[in-house]
Amino acid sequence: MGESQDGVKGKRMVFVTVGTTCFDALVKVVDSQEVKDELLRRGYTDLLIQMGRGSYLPTKSTGDDGSLAVDYFTFSSSIADHLRSASLVISHAGSGSIFETLQLGKPLIVVVNEDLMDNHQSELAEELAERQHLYCARPPTLCQTIAGMDLKSLVPYCPGDATPVAKLINRFLGFPED
Amino acid sequence: MEKSTGRFFSNSSSSLGITCFIAFITIIVLRVIYVIYRTGKPPNKRSPPQALSTLIVLGSGGHTAEMINLLLVLQKDRFAPRFYIAAATDNMSLQKARVLENSWADSSGVKGISAEFMQIYRSREVGQSYVTSVWTTLVATVHALWLMIKIRPQVVLCNGPGTCFPLCVIAFIFKVIGIRWSSIFYVESIARVKKLSLSGLLLYKLQIADQFFVQWPQLQRKYPRAHYVGCLM
Repeated sequence: MGESQDGVKGKRMVFVTVGTTCFDALVKVVDSQEVKDELLRRGYTDLLIQMGRGSYLPTKSTGDDGSLAVDYFTFSSSIADHLRSASLVISHAGSGSIFETLQLGKPLIVVVNEDLMDNHQSELAEELAERQHLYCARPPTLCQTIAGMDLKSLVPYCPGDATPVAKLINRFLGFPED
Repeated sequence: MEKSTGRFFSNSSSSLGITCFIAFITIIVLRVIYVIYRTGKPPNKRSPPQALSTLIVLGSGGHTAEMINLLLVLQKDRFAPRFYIAAATDNMSLQKARVLENSWADSSGVKGISAEFMQIYRSREVGQSYVTSVWTTLVATVHALWLMIKIRPQVVLCNGPGTCFPLCVIAFIFKVIGIRWSSIFYVESIARVKKLSLSGLLLYKLQIADQFFVQWPQLQRKYPRAHYVGCLM
Protein backbone atom coordinates (compact mmCIF):
# COMPACT_ATOMS: atom_id res chain seq x y z
CA MET A 1 0.00 0.00 0.00
CA GLY A 2 1.23 3.45 -0.87
CA GLU A 3 -0.29 5.43 1.97
CA SER A 4 2.08 7.81 3.71
CA GLN A 5 3.20 6.93 7.20
CA ASP A 6 2.54 9.84 9.53
CA GLY A 7 1.97 10.50 13.18
CA VAL A 8 2.69 8.13 16.01
CA LYS A 9 4.36 4.92 14.91
CA GLY A 10 1.77 2.38 13.96
CA LYS A 11 -1.07 4.86 14.26
CA ARG A 12 -2.69 5.71 10.96
CA MET A 13 -5.50 8.16 11.36
CA VAL A 14 -8.36 8.92 9.02
CA PHE A 15 -9.69 12.43 9.60
CA VAL A 16 -13.22 13.22 8.46
CA THR A 17 -14.23 16.90 8.26
CA VAL A 18 -17.51 18.56 7.30
CA GLY A 19 -16.32 22.13 8.02
CA THR A 20 -19.06 24.43 9.32
CA THR A 21 -21.77 22.54 7.47
CA CYS A 22 -24.26 19.89 8.50
CA PHE A 23 -23.52 16.72 6.59
CA ASP A 24 -25.02 13.79 8.50
CA ALA A 25 -25.04 11.60 5.39
CA LEU A 26 -21.24 11.63 5.40
CA VAL A 27 -20.91 11.07 9.16
CA LYS A 28 -23.39 8.20 8.93
CA VAL A 29 -21.59 6.49 6.09
CA VAL A 30 -18.12 6.71 7.66
CA ASP A 31 -19.65 5.30 10.85
CA SER A 32 -21.08 2.32 8.95
CA GLN A 33 -19.52 -1.07 9.60
CA GLU A 34 -18.87 -1.51 5.91
CA VAL A 35 -16.67 1.60 5.65
CA LYS A 36 -14.95 0.97 8.98
CA ASP A 37 -14.07 -2.57 7.90
CA GLU A 38 -12.70 -1.28 4.61
CA LEU A 39 -10.55 1.34 6.39
CA LEU A 40 -9.22 -1.31 8.74
CA ARG A 41 -8.43 -3.57 5.80
CA ARG A 42 -6.49 -0.71 4.17
CA GLY A 43 -4.35 -0.46 7.30
CA TYR A 44 -5.88 2.52 9.09
CA THR A 45 -6.14 2.34 12.88
CA ASP A 46 -8.01 5.47 13.94
CA LEU A 47 -11.04 7.37 12.74
CA LEU A 48 -11.56 10.96 13.93
CA ILE A 49 -14.73 12.72 12.82
CA GLN A 50 -15.35 16.46 12.88
CA MET A 51 -19.14 16.46 12.58
CA GLY A 52 -19.93 20.20 12.50
CA ARG A 53 -23.59 21.11 12.91
CA GLY A 54 -24.84 17.58 12.25
CA SER A 55 -27.01 15.74 14.73
CA TYR A 56 -26.03 12.14 13.99
CA LEU A 57 -23.62 10.87 16.68
CA PRO A 58 -21.19 8.15 15.63
CA THR A 59 -20.43 5.29 18.03
CA LYS A 60 -17.20 5.90 19.91
CA SER A 61 -14.75 3.04 20.19
CA THR A 62 -11.34 2.69 21.82
CA GLY A 63 -10.26 0.12 19.25
CA ASP A 64 -8.80 -2.21 21.89
CA ASP A 65 -10.39 -5.29 20.35
CA GLY A 66 -8.52 -4.82 17.09
CA SER A 67 -11.29 -2.75 15.54
CA LEU A 68 -10.99 0.83 14.32
CA ALA A 69 -10.69 3.43 17.13
CA VAL A 70 -13.46 5.97 16.59
CA ASP A 71 -13.74 9.44 18.12
CA TYR A 72 -15.63 12.59 17.15
CA PHE A 73 -16.07 16.29 17.98
CA THR A 74 -18.20 19.12 16.60
CA PHE A 75 -15.82 22.04 16.07
CA SER A 76 -12.22 22.77 16.89
CA SER A 77 -9.79 25.62 16.30
CA SER A 78 -7.04 23.10 15.59
CA ILE A 79 -8.40 21.50 12.41
CA ALA A 80 -5.00 22.15 10.84
CA ASP A 81 -3.30 19.97 13.48
CA HIS A 82 -5.73 17.13 12.85
CA LEU A 83 -5.17 17.42 9.11
CA ARG A 84 -1.42 17.34 9.65
CA SER A 85 -1.53 14.19 11.76
CA ALA A 86 -3.91 12.38 9.41
CA SER A 87 -2.85 9.69 6.93
CA LEU A 88 -6.04 10.07 4.95
CA VAL A 89 -8.58 12.92 4.89
CA ILE A 90 -12.23 12.49 3.98
CA SER A 91 -13.76 15.93 3.52
CA HIS A 92 -16.91 17.74 2.45
CA ALA A 93 -16.60 19.62 -0.85
CA GLY A 94 -15.94 23.13 0.53
CA SER A 95 -13.01 24.79 -1.23
CA GLY A 96 -11.44 25.86 2.08
CA SER A 97 -11.14 22.29 3.37
CA ILE A 98 -10.08 20.93 -0.02
CA PHE A 99 -7.18 23.31 -0.54
CA GLU A 100 -6.03 23.24 3.07
CA THR A 101 -5.70 19.44 2.79
CA LEU A 102 -4.08 19.47 -0.66
CA GLN A 103 -1.54 22.06 0.41
CA LEU A 104 -0.52 19.79 3.29
CA GLY A 105 0.03 17.05 0.73
CA LYS A 106 -2.44 14.66 2.36
CA PRO A 107 -4.37 12.02 0.40
CA LEU A 108 -7.94 13.25 0.12
CA ILE A 109 -11.36 11.85 -0.67
CA VAL A 110 -13.95 14.57 -1.19
CA VAL A 111 -17.54 13.52 -0.56
CA VAL A 112 -20.12 15.68 -2.32
CA ASN A 113 -23.26 16.50 -0.36
CA GLU A 114 -26.10 15.43 -2.62
CA ASP A 115 -28.71 17.19 -0.45
CA LEU A 116 -27.51 20.71 -1.24
CA MET A 117 -29.89 22.58 -3.54
CA ASP A 118 -27.44 24.55 -5.65
CA ASN A 119 -24.77 21.95 -5.91
CA HIS A 120 -21.98 23.86 -7.57
CA GLN A 121 -19.57 22.35 -5.05
CA SER A 122 -19.27 19.12 -7.03
CA GLU A 123 -17.72 21.11 -9.92
CA LEU A 124 -14.51 21.79 -8.04
CA ALA A 125 -14.17 18.29 -6.60
CA GLU A 126 -14.80 16.68 -9.98
CA GLU A 127 -12.34 18.96 -11.76
CA LEU A 128 -9.61 18.23 -9.20
CA ALA A 129 -10.42 14.52 -9.34
CA GLU A 130 -10.04 14.62 -13.13
CA ARG A 131 -6.59 16.13 -12.59
CA GLN A 132 -5.92 13.28 -10.12
CA HIS A 133 -5.27 15.53 -7.13
CA LEU A 134 -7.94 13.74 -5.10
CA TYR A 135 -10.74 11.20 -5.19
CA CYS A 136 -14.33 12.34 -5.48
CA ALA A 137 -17.20 10.30 -4.06
CA ARG A 138 -20.84 10.54 -2.94
CA PRO A 139 -21.98 9.04 0.37
CA PRO A 140 -23.23 5.80 -1.28
CA THR A 141 -20.00 5.31 -3.26
CA LEU A 142 -17.50 6.15 -0.50
CA CYS A 143 -16.87 2.54 0.50
CA GLN A 144 -16.15 1.59 -3.11
CA THR A 145 -13.77 4.55 -3.48
CA ILE A 146 -11.83 3.55 -0.36
CA ALA A 147 -11.58 -0.04 -1.56
CA GLY A 148 -10.43 0.94 -5.04
CA MET A 149 -8.17 3.92 -4.37
CA ASP A 150 -4.50 3.89 -5.28
CA LEU A 151 -2.89 6.73 -3.36
CA LYS A 152 0.36 6.40 -5.31
CA SER A 153 -1.41 7.56 -8.44
CA LEU A 154 -2.47 10.88 -6.89
CA VAL A 155 -0.69 13.93 -8.32
CA PRO A 156 0.61 16.45 -5.74
CA TYR A 157 -1.15 19.81 -5.98
CA CYS A 158 1.04 22.84 -6.73
CA PRO A 159 -0.29 25.85 -4.79
CA GLY A 160 -1.69 28.61 -6.99
CA ASP A 161 -0.44 32.14 -7.31
CA ALA A 162 -2.31 35.44 -7.17
CA THR A 163 0.39 37.55 -8.86
CA PRO A 164 -1.25 37.44 -12.34
CA VAL A 165 -4.38 39.06 -10.85
CA ALA A 166 -2.32 41.63 -8.94
CA LYS A 167 -0.39 42.48 -12.11
CA LEU A 168 -3.56 43.06 -14.14
CA ILE A 169 -5.13 45.17 -11.39
CA ASN A 170 -2.00 47.32 -11.08
CA ARG A 171 -1.74 47.76 -14.83
CA PHE A 172 -5.41 48.71 -15.10
CA LEU A 173 -5.07 51.36 -12.41
CA GLY A 174 -1.93 52.81 -14.01
CA PHE A 175 0.56 51.79 -11.35
CA PRO A 176 4.06 51.16 -12.71
CA GLU A 177 5.17 47.53 -13.03
CA ASP A 178 7.68 46.39 -10.46
CA MET B 1 -47.49 65.11 -34.34
CA GLU B 2 -45.85 68.56 -34.13
CA LYS B 3 -49.21 70.20 -33.75
CA SER B 4 -50.21 68.08 -30.82
CA THR B 5 -46.85 68.59 -29.14
CA GLY B 6 -47.24 72.36 -29.51
CA ARG B 7 -50.69 72.34 -27.96
CA PHE B 8 -49.38 70.18 -25.23
CA PHE B 9 -46.65 72.68 -24.42
CA SER B 10 -48.87 75.75 -24.39
CA ASN B 11 -51.90 74.31 -22.72
CA SER B 12 -50.80 71.80 -20.19
CA SER B 13 -49.47 73.10 -16.92
CA SER B 14 -47.67 69.86 -16.31
CA SER B 15 -45.80 70.05 -19.60
CA LEU B 16 -42.78 71.68 -18.03
CA GLY B 17 -42.64 68.95 -15.45
CA ILE B 18 -42.90 66.28 -18.11
CA THR B 19 -40.18 67.92 -20.19
CA CYS B 20 -37.90 68.13 -17.19
CA PHE B 21 -38.62 64.53 -16.36
CA ILE B 22 -37.85 63.40 -19.91
CA ALA B 23 -34.66 65.47 -19.96
CA PHE B 24 -33.64 64.03 -16.61
CA ILE B 25 -34.23 60.45 -17.78
CA THR B 26 -32.33 61.16 -21.01
CA ILE B 27 -29.35 62.53 -19.09
CA ILE B 28 -29.34 59.54 -16.75
CA VAL B 29 -29.59 57.09 -19.66
CA LEU B 30 -26.78 58.86 -21.51
CA ARG B 31 -24.70 58.89 -18.36
CA VAL B 32 -25.32 55.16 -17.78
CA ILE B 33 -24.29 54.47 -21.39
CA TYR B 34 -21.15 56.56 -20.88
CA VAL B 35 -20.26 54.74 -17.63
CA ILE B 36 -20.78 51.34 -19.27
CA TYR B 37 -18.66 52.52 -22.21
CA ARG B 38 -15.90 53.58 -19.83
CA THR B 39 -16.15 50.41 -17.74
CA GLY B 40 -13.25 48.11 -18.46
CA LYS B 41 -11.11 51.00 -19.74
CA PRO B 42 -8.37 52.25 -17.43
CA PRO B 43 -9.23 55.48 -15.59
CA ASN B 44 -7.76 58.55 -17.34
CA LYS B 45 -4.59 59.51 -15.58
CA ARG B 46 -1.37 60.92 -16.92
CA SER B 47 0.70 60.43 -13.78
CA PRO B 48 0.68 57.24 -11.69
CA PRO B 49 -2.12 57.42 -9.14
CA GLN B 50 -1.69 58.08 -5.45
CA ALA B 51 -2.85 55.52 -2.89
CA LEU B 52 -6.41 54.43 -3.62
CA SER B 53 -9.02 53.76 -0.96
CA THR B 54 -10.02 50.16 -1.35
CA LEU B 55 -13.12 48.22 -0.39
CA ILE B 56 -12.54 44.51 0.14
CA VAL B 57 -15.65 42.32 0.31
CA LEU B 58 -15.08 39.14 2.27
CA GLY B 59 -17.17 35.99 2.17
CA SER B 60 -17.21 32.80 4.17
CA GLY B 61 -14.46 30.18 4.37
CA GLY B 62 -13.02 29.55 0.95
CA HIS B 63 -13.84 33.02 -0.40
CA THR B 64 -11.86 34.76 2.32
CA ALA B 65 -8.86 32.45 1.91
CA GLU B 66 -8.72 33.33 -1.80
CA MET B 67 -9.05 37.05 -1.12
CA ILE B 68 -6.26 36.94 1.47
CA ASN B 69 -3.99 35.23 -1.07
CA LEU B 70 -4.65 38.14 -3.42
CA LEU B 71 -4.10 40.78 -0.72
CA LEU B 72 -0.76 39.20 0.15
CA VAL B 73 0.61 40.08 -3.28
CA LEU B 74 -0.96 43.55 -3.65
CA GLN B 75 1.16 46.55 -2.64
CA LYS B 76 -0.18 47.77 0.70
CA ASP B 77 0.87 51.38 0.09
CA ARG B 78 -1.02 51.58 -3.20
CA PHE B 79 -4.27 50.15 -1.86
CA ALA B 80 -4.88 52.25 1.23
CA PRO B 81 -6.82 52.87 3.32
CA ARG B 82 -8.49 49.46 3.20
CA PHE B 83 -12.09 48.83 4.21
CA TYR B 84 -13.12 45.25 4.89
CA ILE B 85 -16.79 44.25 4.75
CA ALA B 86 -18.18 40.86 5.74
CA ALA B 87 -21.66 39.53 6.48
CA ALA B 88 -22.90 40.21 10.01
CA THR B 89 -23.36 36.47 10.56
CA ASP B 90 -19.75 35.76 9.62
CA ASN B 91 -17.33 36.30 12.49
CA MET B 92 -14.39 34.38 11.06
CA SER B 93 -13.64 36.45 7.96
CA LEU B 94 -13.05 39.82 9.60
CA GLN B 95 -10.96 38.06 12.22
CA LYS B 96 -8.72 36.64 9.48
CA ALA B 97 -8.43 40.09 7.88
CA ARG B 98 -7.49 41.59 11.25
CA VAL B 99 -4.75 39.00 11.72
CA LEU B 100 -3.43 39.87 8.25
CA GLU B 101 -3.49 43.63 8.89
CA ASN B 102 -1.82 43.20 12.29
CA SER B 103 0.96 41.13 10.76
CA TRP B 104 1.57 43.89 8.21
CA ALA B 105 1.56 46.55 10.91
CA ASP B 106 4.05 44.51 12.95
CA SER B 107 6.40 43.96 10.03
CA SER B 108 6.37 47.57 8.87
CA GLY B 109 6.57 48.96 12.40
CA VAL B 110 4.06 51.67 11.53
CA LYS B 111 1.53 52.37 14.25
CA GLY B 112 -2.11 52.92 13.38
CA ILE B 113 -3.28 50.51 10.73
CA SER B 114 -4.89 52.07 7.67
CA ALA B 115 -7.69 49.54 7.75
CA GLU B 116 -11.30 49.46 8.91
CA PHE B 117 -13.54 46.47 9.48
CA MET B 118 -17.28 46.55 8.96
CA GLN B 119 -20.18 44.15 8.99
CA ILE B 120 -23.13 44.20 6.64
CA TYR B 121 -26.61 42.71 6.94
CA ARG B 122 -27.27 39.93 4.52
CA SER B 123 -30.32 40.27 2.30
CA ARG B 124 -31.19 36.63 2.69
CA GLU B 125 -29.86 33.88 4.90
CA VAL B 126 -29.71 30.34 3.56
CA GLY B 127 -33.16 28.79 3.93
CA GLN B 128 -34.96 32.03 4.77
CA SER B 129 -38.50 32.38 3.41
CA TYR B 130 -39.13 34.74 0.49
CA VAL B 131 -41.82 36.71 2.34
CA THR B 132 -39.54 37.85 5.16
CA SER B 133 -36.66 38.33 2.74
CA VAL B 134 -38.47 41.28 1.10
CA TRP B 135 -38.07 43.19 4.37
CA THR B 136 -34.53 41.98 5.09
CA THR B 137 -33.45 42.85 1.55
CA LEU B 138 -34.73 46.40 2.05
CA VAL B 139 -32.85 46.74 5.34
CA ALA B 140 -29.71 45.26 3.80
CA THR B 141 -29.87 47.65 0.84
CA VAL B 142 -30.22 50.75 3.04
CA HIS B 143 -27.38 49.52 5.22
CA ALA B 144 -25.16 48.84 2.19
CA LEU B 145 -25.91 52.34 0.87
CA TRP B 146 -25.02 53.89 4.22
CA LEU B 147 -21.70 52.02 4.38
CA MET B 148 -20.85 52.92 0.79
CA ILE B 149 -21.59 56.62 1.37
CA LYS B 150 -19.17 56.50 4.30
CA ILE B 151 -16.44 54.62 2.39
CA ARG B 152 -16.76 55.96 -1.17
CA PRO B 153 -14.04 53.56 -2.38
CA GLN B 154 -11.87 54.14 -5.45
CA VAL B 155 -11.22 50.42 -5.82
CA VAL B 156 -13.62 47.56 -5.11
CA LEU B 157 -12.23 44.04 -4.75
CA CYS B 158 -14.61 41.13 -4.48
CA ASN B 159 -14.60 37.43 -5.17
CA GLY B 160 -18.06 36.05 -5.09
CA PRO B 161 -20.00 36.20 -1.85
CA GLY B 162 -23.61 37.30 -2.39
CA THR B 163 -23.00 40.45 -0.32
CA CYS B 164 -20.73 41.87 -3.04
CA PHE B 165 -23.48 42.37 -5.63
CA PRO B 166 -25.43 45.20 -3.94
CA LEU B 167 -22.15 46.91 -3.01
CA CYS B 168 -20.96 46.79 -6.63
CA VAL B 169 -24.30 48.12 -7.88
CA ILE B 170 -24.04 51.04 -5.46
CA ALA B 171 -20.45 51.70 -6.62
CA PHE B 172 -21.79 51.74 -10.19
CA ILE B 173 -24.58 54.19 -9.25
CA PHE B 174 -21.95 56.43 -7.61
CA LYS B 175 -20.16 56.49 -10.96
CA VAL B 176 -23.37 57.40 -12.79
CA ILE B 177 -24.30 60.28 -10.51
CA GLY B 178 -20.71 61.40 -10.13
CA ILE B 179 -20.22 60.84 -6.41
CA ARG B 180 -17.12 58.72 -6.91
CA TRP B 181 -15.42 57.04 -9.85
CA SER B 182 -14.27 53.56 -8.85
CA SER B 183 -12.66 50.57 -10.49
CA ILE B 184 -14.44 47.31 -9.73
CA PHE B 185 -12.48 44.06 -9.81
CA TYR B 186 -14.25 40.74 -9.54
CA VAL B 187 -12.46 37.42 -9.11
CA GLU B 188 -14.79 34.46 -9.56
CA SER B 189 -14.30 31.90 -6.80
CA ILE B 190 -12.09 28.89 -7.48
CA ALA B 191 -15.11 26.73 -6.66
CA ARG B 192 -16.73 27.86 -9.92
CA VAL B 193 -15.34 25.66 -12.65
CA LYS B 194 -18.08 25.44 -15.28
CA LYS B 195 -20.69 28.04 -14.32
CA LEU B 196 -20.41 31.52 -12.87
CA SER B 197 -22.03 32.28 -9.52
CA LEU B 198 -25.17 34.42 -9.63
CA SER B 199 -23.25 37.51 -8.42
CA GLY B 200 -20.54 36.86 -10.99
CA LEU B 201 -23.00 36.33 -13.83
CA LEU B 202 -24.88 39.55 -13.03
CA LEU B 203 -21.72 41.65 -12.71
CA TYR B 204 -20.44 40.21 -16.00
CA LYS B 205 -23.67 40.55 -17.98
CA LEU B 206 -24.49 44.02 -16.65
CA GLN B 207 -20.89 45.09 -17.32
CA ILE B 208 -20.52 46.47 -13.83
CA ALA B 209 -17.09 44.90 -13.18
CA ASP B 210 -14.18 46.71 -14.83
CA GLN B 211 -12.09 43.58 -14.84
CA PHE B 212 -13.48 40.11 -14.41
CA PHE B 213 -11.14 37.25 -13.50
CA VAL B 214 -11.80 33.52 -13.65
CA GLN B 215 -9.63 30.74 -12.29
CA TRP B 216 -10.48 27.98 -14.76
CA PRO B 217 -9.92 28.02 -18.55
CA GLN B 218 -13.37 26.48 -19.23
CA LEU B 219 -15.02 29.62 -17.85
CA GLN B 220 -12.88 31.97 -19.91
CA ARG B 221 -13.96 30.14 -23.07
CA LYS B 222 -17.59 30.64 -22.08
CA TYR B 223 -17.16 34.26 -21.00
CA PRO B 224 -14.62 35.81 -23.39
CA ARG B 225 -14.45 39.21 -21.66
CA ALA B 226 -13.08 37.48 -18.55
CA HIS B 227 -9.37 37.20 -17.85
CA TYR B 228 -8.10 33.70 -17.07
CA VAL B 229 -5.57 34.00 -14.24
CA GLY B 230 -5.04 30.44 -12.97
CA CYS B 231 -5.74 29.24 -9.45
CA LEU B 232 -5.38 31.59 -6.51
CA MET B 233 -5.21 28.76 -4.00
